[in-house]
Amino acid sequence: MLEALELPFIQRAIIAGLLVGALASYLGVLVVQRRLSFLGHGLAHAAFAGVALGLLLYQEPLWVAIPFAVGVSLAITWVRERSSLGDDTAIGIFFAVSVALGVLFMSMREGFAPDAVAFLFGSILTVTQADLWVMAGIALGVALLSPLWRYWAYATFDRELALADRKPVLLHDYLLSALMALVVVASVKVVGIVLIAAFIVIPAATARLLTQTFASMTLLSVAIGVTSVIPGLVASYIFDVPTGSAIVLVQALLFGLALLLRR
Amino acid sequence: MTAPAVQLNNFGVRFGEFQVLEQVTLEVPQGAFVTILGPNGAGKSTLLKALLGIVGGTLRDAHTSVSGSVKVFGHKPQDVKSGWVGYVPQVKSFDRSFPALSIEVVVSGLRQSWPFLLTARERKKAEAMLDKVGALHLANRRLGRLSGGELQRVYLARSLIREPKLLLLDEPATGLDAVGESDLYRHLEAYQRESGATVMMITHDWEAAQHHATAVLLINRRVIGYGPPARVMRHESLAQAFGHVGHSHTPATREG
Repeated sequence: MLEALELPFIQRAIIAGLLVGALASYLGVLVVQRRLSFLGHGLAHAAFAGVALGLLLYQEPLWVAIPFAVGVSLAITWVRERSSLGDDTAIGIFFAVSVALGVLFMSMREGFAPDAVAFLFGSILTVTQADLWVMAGIALGVALLSPLWRYWAYATFDRELALADRKPVLLHDYLLSALMALVVVASVKVVGIVLIAAFIVIPAATARLLTQTFASMTLLSVAIGVTSVIPGLVASYIFDVPTGSAIVLVQALLFGLALLLRR
Repeated sequence: MTAPAVQLNNFGVRFGEFQVLEQVTLEVPQGAFVTILGPNGAGKSTLLKALLGIVGGTLRDAHTSVSGSVKVFGHKPQDVKSGWVGYVPQVKSFDRSFPALSIEVVVSGLRQSWPFLLTARERKKAEAMLDKVGALHLANRRLGRLSGGELQRVYLARSLIREPKLLLLDEPATGLDAVGESDLYRHLEAYQRESGATVMMITHDWEAAQHHATAVLLINRRVIGYGPPARVMRHESLAQAFGHVGHSHTPATREG
């Protein structure tokens, strides 16, 4: 087991898991508290369409998926702001369009695409050095933006009060949705498109059960997001099961415990 | 400073096809206590939002068009320092699932952002403010565990902690029992006495509207009446604002 730690691809897998675990669970608090859990699914499928387009064009899939998912995310936010359709409807429409496009792109590609399966269910062991740099870049960006947490939290608490205090709520909505899309795409290789939404939501939901303030919810969510990655990786290594599902099942277990333990 | 606290000139708001407010012209001098009365859908909350400068920012359904002018202390609402205006929103619009303690809500009024950690100074100030409105015991209670009336007190403390020059309250008496209600008016009047602030309050309580106000604004999309309570709270104006008034338990013609 321990000798595995010397293998470079295992090292990359661990770093990647910790980075996206922290990122997803950090933004997850805002997602959960704003009742946008469905957004994770929508963006994951936008990433799917982007990956399929990348495979079709024989480009590095993530480089195509990033602008594609960010574009879809901004479009979802635009429709949400401009209409009273409701978040779920706005997201649902883009969700469906993304899946339709993804399937279309896949069918246009000649021959079977085994690599697509890796993106659907994750394949953390194929994380490259370049992927790590992208993840580290996103993590650095999110860390540099952490002073905005207090405004994001304020608008999450009460949008109208934040607006009345002249906070740029709308701009922050777009910024957050773009960050969400980046984190979703960065998480694709670690947990897979199918499981990303759970990866974003479960740590925050678990933290919500156990904490009384938004600050402690944020801290606990990140702690859960980061620490659940390691047992997930170990279980995946020992039992030879997909890493994404192992990590999400560990998180689900923690959620179950939290449900039992909460005050 | 001599500019009136609030000055509306031929002000109108339209949400798509629906005219919410029209031809509203009024002036509220500094230090006034104005109660705003009107039926549901009369545009009362929209009026307060216009004073906050957020009238276009909250509605998604349709295009919002605003006509005429609004001035708060002689400035456009967007240009007024946000610390000058305190706002107590309708409690029913509030999401109680947000994990927060009462004291954090109060400090958010001071910081104008959400606190990660409270400083000792902020904690002291927020506790003093909660104490003032009789809610110190609620300081470390979770929002989800507060009753409607307790929440109103917390929100009142939140709006007062920034020592606003203009205090806007949207049905602050909702969910309060009789004691809580008289407490609320006592706190408002005390604050007004010590600070000279201007208070504008939406209420459905005609009794309160007369007894605590220097002026009553009777509104139903247009201004039906505005002036001293005794002059405005007359049967004809009320009937005009509310339609058929029917039998009222509070004599509408009573002099305030």
